[in-house]
Amino acid sequence: MNIVVCVKYVPDATADRTFEDDSTVDRAGVDGLLSELDEYAVEQALQIKEKADSDTEVTVLTVGPESATDALRKSLQMGADRAVHVQDEAIAGSCALSTSLVLAEAVKKIGADHGAWDLVVCGMASTDGSMGVLPAMLAERLEVPGVTLGSAVEIDGDTVRIRRDGDTATETIEGTLPAVLSVTDQSGEARYPSFKGIMAAKKKPMETWSLADLGVDAELVGLTAASSTVEATEARPPRTAGQVVTDEDGSGAAALVEFLASKKFI
Amino acid sequence: MSEVLVLVDSNSLVDGKISKPTLELLTIARRLGEPSAVFIGDVSTAADTLKEYGAAKIYTVDDSDVSGYLVAPKAEVLAQLVEKTSPAAVLLPSGGEGKEIAGRLAVKTGSGLITDAVDVQSDGGVPVTTQSVFAGNYTVTAKVTKGTPIITVKPNSTTPEKADGAGEAEEFTATISETAKSARITASEPRKASGRPELTEAAIVVSGGRGTGGDFSEVEGFADSLGAAVGASRAAVDSGWVPHAFQIGQTGKTVSPQLYIANGISGAIQHRAGMQTSKTIVAVNKDDEAPIFELVDFGVVGDLHSVLPTATEEITKRKG
Repeated sequence: MNIVVCVKYVPDATADRTFEDDSTVDRAGVDGLLSELDEYAVEQALQIKEKADSDTEVTVLTVGPESATDALRKSLQMGADRAVHVQDEAIAGSCALSTSLVLAEAVKKIGADHGAWDLVVCGMASTDGSMGVLPAMLAERLEVPGVTLGSAVEIDGDTVRIRRDGDTATETIEGTLPAVLSVTDQSGEARYPSFKGIMAAKKKPMETWSLADLGVDAELVGLTAASSTVEATEARPPRTAGQVVTDEDGSGAAALVEFLASKKFI
Repeated sequence: MSEVLVLVDSNSLVDGKISKPTLELLTIARRLGEPSAVFIGDVSTAADTLKEYGAAKIYTVDDSDVSGYLVAPKAEVLAQLVEKTSPAAVLLPSGGEGKEIAGRLAVKTGSGLITDAVDVQSDGGVPVTTQSVFAGNYTVTAKVTKGTPIITVKPNSTTPEKADGAGEAEEFTATISETAKSARITASEPRKASGRPELTEAAIVVSGGRGTGGDFSEVEGFADSLGAAVGASRAAVDSGWVPHAFQIGQTGKTVSPQLYIANGISGAIQHRAGMQTSKTIVAVNKDDEAPIFELVDFGVVGDLHSVLPTATEEITKRKG
């Protein structure tokens, strides 16, 4: 079985993230790392590999600047077999529409080069853009079932099946492979790389591809081709410090109720 | 004037009534053009409400090729309607499904999409969106520049306004491809009604975290005294104390109520991302160094197990 896991290198969500002058995300001023939600995707791919009857290869794929290799390296350390880095200056500032195009073409090329892919696995959303649309867009472009937002995953022969905890109902969704799968942070704790894994990762293959390698026209991607534009970004004024009291024999509750009353909540 | 397509489906109905977020979409649609509700399924119980809140047109679409399959058929219906009507915009609710439909629709129509808008205004007919990003630390204004603007809108983005709409009914027959039916819904268990307000729509949210020790009874009692929705931190969900539907945070729901009260929640960035833009923030926590206290308008350093029941009793008494 051939699995491709899409991962993203993002600015650390616990740091002070900000914007560049051109309103793109500042990816230089803040430390980057493998998006936390993508760790779950790598984990599920590895679990599928461990349970598979046949030989299974996990390829981890990212589209990003040079530093994005960090995300690939971490994934290889967790246990992925090979990595593909699509890196091209022209891609910077791409919208989701263009990014999904580049990713879809990369998935197709991985299939062509390394054997037909059976499953593309994604996290539920990135932790920077937080759009959560890539998996659906990929399924659309690759014309395969989109079995998405899985909190429990199983492969049953040539079927991928998930439990999806939706807004109004909990559903069981299935699709026949090849398919795109996305997994939530409820799908199972992501493993830490072992020492052995860290050492083994150094020898694993990592390929770098440009847009030309994918046959994607540079005019279709990047900031100027973007299908939406940011007009303005404004830092929210920090909240002014409020009043904090210490509870002593019910004084806390009394003060709380007084506060709520003063604000007309009761 | 151009039409604005608004997706309405079975997810938009709560106990047979159109949900507040859908009414908000209709109100926003009126700023951008003439609202056309796209109702996939049986519209009979909803048509009057849609008209009452401004729907100029109601496209009714048979759902036999739609229900039972995940997301993709709804995107096909909308794409075919976009081609037929060349609308000024397509509005969908933000949420797992809404965003996925939006994503597929964007690819199908070669359009830009903007997700999780907290406001949409018209700039000479062009939709301009407002989003709250980076855990609520930044506000972003944006526009779609290609194709038909596809926008998903968060609940609580506006107050629904009544406006008499013509509600002209038009049956629309969509052709659903086999590929669109490839993700099959084989089982569905509807969420049980809690009797409390919907978390993302509620004016007041009371949540509990690790500090509850697994016992949410005081948090729930306090919430009920205020008529609030109940939420939880990721720690509480991961510990199995409450379902994932209660989770507020980066990987759960984002709320922006008038009042948010966090109990036994330390306030890690993961959680703050989900509630930081609430108008008034209150916290109760035993640890005076908990990061949550940096965010609050009012805080109590104390044990929620004693503070909340006492507060609940007093509130109930005052409300008489």
